[in-house]
Amino acid sequence: MSDLTQLGVAAIRDGVRDGAFSAREIAEAFIAQVEKGRALNAFVIETPEHALAAADAADAARAAGALKPLSGVPLGIKDLFATKGYQTTAGSHMLEGFKPVYESTVSGNLFAAGAGMLGKLNMDEFAMGSSNETSFFGNVLSPWRRNDGGNAALTPGGSSGGSASAVAARLAPGVTGTDTGGSIRQPAAFTGISGIKPTYGRCSRFGMVAFASSLDQAGPMAHDVRDCAIMLEAMAGFDPKDSTSLDLPVPNWEANLSSDIRGKRIGIPREYRIDGVPAEIDQVWEQGIAWMRDAGAEIVEVSLPHTRYALPTYYIIAPAEASSNLARYDGVRYGQRVAPENGNLTDMYEATRAAGFGAEVKRRIMIGTYVLSAGFYDAYFNQAQKVRALIARDFEQAFDKVDLLLTPTAPSAAFGLGEKTADPIAMYLNDVFAGPASLAGLPAMAVPAGLDSQGLPLGLQLIGRALDEQGVLNAALAFEERAGFTARPEAWW
Amino acid sequence: MSVDTATVRHIARLARIAVSDAEVEALAPELNNILGWVEQLQEVDVSGVEPMTAVIPNHLRLREDKVTDGGIREAVLANAPVAEHGFFAVPKVIE
Repeated sequence: MSDLTQLGVAAIRDGVRDGAFSAREIAEAFIAQVEKGRALNAFVIETPEHALAAADAADAARAAGALKPLSGVPLGIKDLFATKGYQTTAGSHMLEGFKPVYESTVSGNLFAAGAGMLGKLNMDEFAMGSSNETSFFGNVLSPWRRNDGGNAALTPGGSSGGSASAVAARLAPGVTGTDTGGSIRQPAAFTGISGIKPTYGRCSRFGMVAFASSLDQAGPMAHDVRDCAIMLEAMAGFDPKDSTSLDLPVPNWEANLSSDIRGKRIGIPREYRIDGVPAEIDQVWEQGIAWMRDAGAEIVEVSLPHTRYALPTYYIIAPAEASSNLARYDGVRYGQRVAPENGNLTDMYEATRAAGFGAEVKRRIMIGTYVLSAGFYDAYFNQAQKVRALIARDFEQAFDKVDLLLTPTAPSAAFGLGEKTADPIAMYLNDVFAGPASLAGLPAMAVPAGLDSQGLPLGLQLIGRALDEQGVLNAALAFEERAGFTARPEAWW
Repeated sequence: MSVDTATVRHIARLARIAVSDAEVEALAPELNNILGWVEQLQEVDVSGVEPMTAVIPNHLRLREDKVTDGGIREAVLANAPVAEHGFFAVPKVIE
């Protein structure tokens, strides 16, 4: 094998098992790639010792005939997951230097399955952003560039921007992401990789730095559908430490993968055809519909009437929950503290939070505080919770008629850094197609579909019924087989 | 409804975020833009609709009321910006 870092999760697992290479060789190859890829700023910290220790354990396990599901696979972990003894920042100055004394359930599950950690991945501050430009630790660059000969720096998307960049540049074969309103799917689409947000409650939120707790869900991002299925199986599972964790067995998603989707009914929501979206997005959607037809699926037009209200709903509920969740950053128990001379306790809170949070996080905390404040709670928050119920009902009614929905993932290809930072609402519109499934808690997956005329990846999204990750993965596999997406960014870093 | 600078100061106070005069001036139109945009939710007919509280049907579990953890003071204090004598330390709160 000439370049081990071109391998994905399944290929590494199988190669270690079959003795094609050692886990240590794999870990060393990826560690070198991570070092070479520093210009992308995908990692906040690198943890080669963790990856090497897991690799040595994997090689010993192979010798002892005791391999685990992810033995020998080094992963990147989004910096939203608490990792015991390793700095966990959520992309915020507030948590700079914070070393958790406990492990998040999701990262713990992955490590227990034999995986190692290459490092902690950069992200938008507290996952609030769609371009990875709100991170205190700097912008992440996409490995992709437009084919116009210019070297304009492009966003990898967000908030899981470091995660997306690392996989697309092959600095890691697979990574964790988190998705509150599109933060796995939009960056996956921007970088030509796959990523799935499972049903809300599949993955434990314990040890995941909280943003909007009724929406936050972890999921994998990787080269392809099979690798996502393998990782999700290891990440998911009931956890008594998360009160919203679903007490259900984890299905054998990988073993049950099948691209035979003959007879499946796939809905095309007419409200997802919106003004101002580039024609190329519609074209790739039409192409995707043709592929699904080719796979034997029946295409059905459906209606999700409240779609246009999903983002305004999201931008009430998510900031409201964030304002409550982020109240914990008080400068007392962990994180930064700024205590003005002769100031009282309130002065310390206010100075700490003014210095620790970036502009977007402050903006969202203030919006959330406002919509929850006396006199506005009913008009904003309660109204949003009711509209959220209507959005979920739209999906339920659609799923009476169809098994899956096929939509675009994002309303554009990756944009240039700085292009949308001046207008928060323009940035929020990135999640116009991804947000509704988050509000309804449904499993949704982004798969690469093709390149636009500028040579940048475009993705489509499959949304399934609650708990039907298998249906989503299988349709995504059928899609992947027909799309034959093999384009890769040319290494400039 | 429109957010004026006095309201911005009030929200910032509730959120315990110190804001400078310049920040207040910048935040007022930003917050108004966002609030104006979410205002469109008022046009949705929600009569008879219960606000959503759980996205996936689930019930809150109870566990036996007993201590399952503890005796880890050092770990609890490990990330405190200031800890003294086994306690979190804060500025004086009693004059």
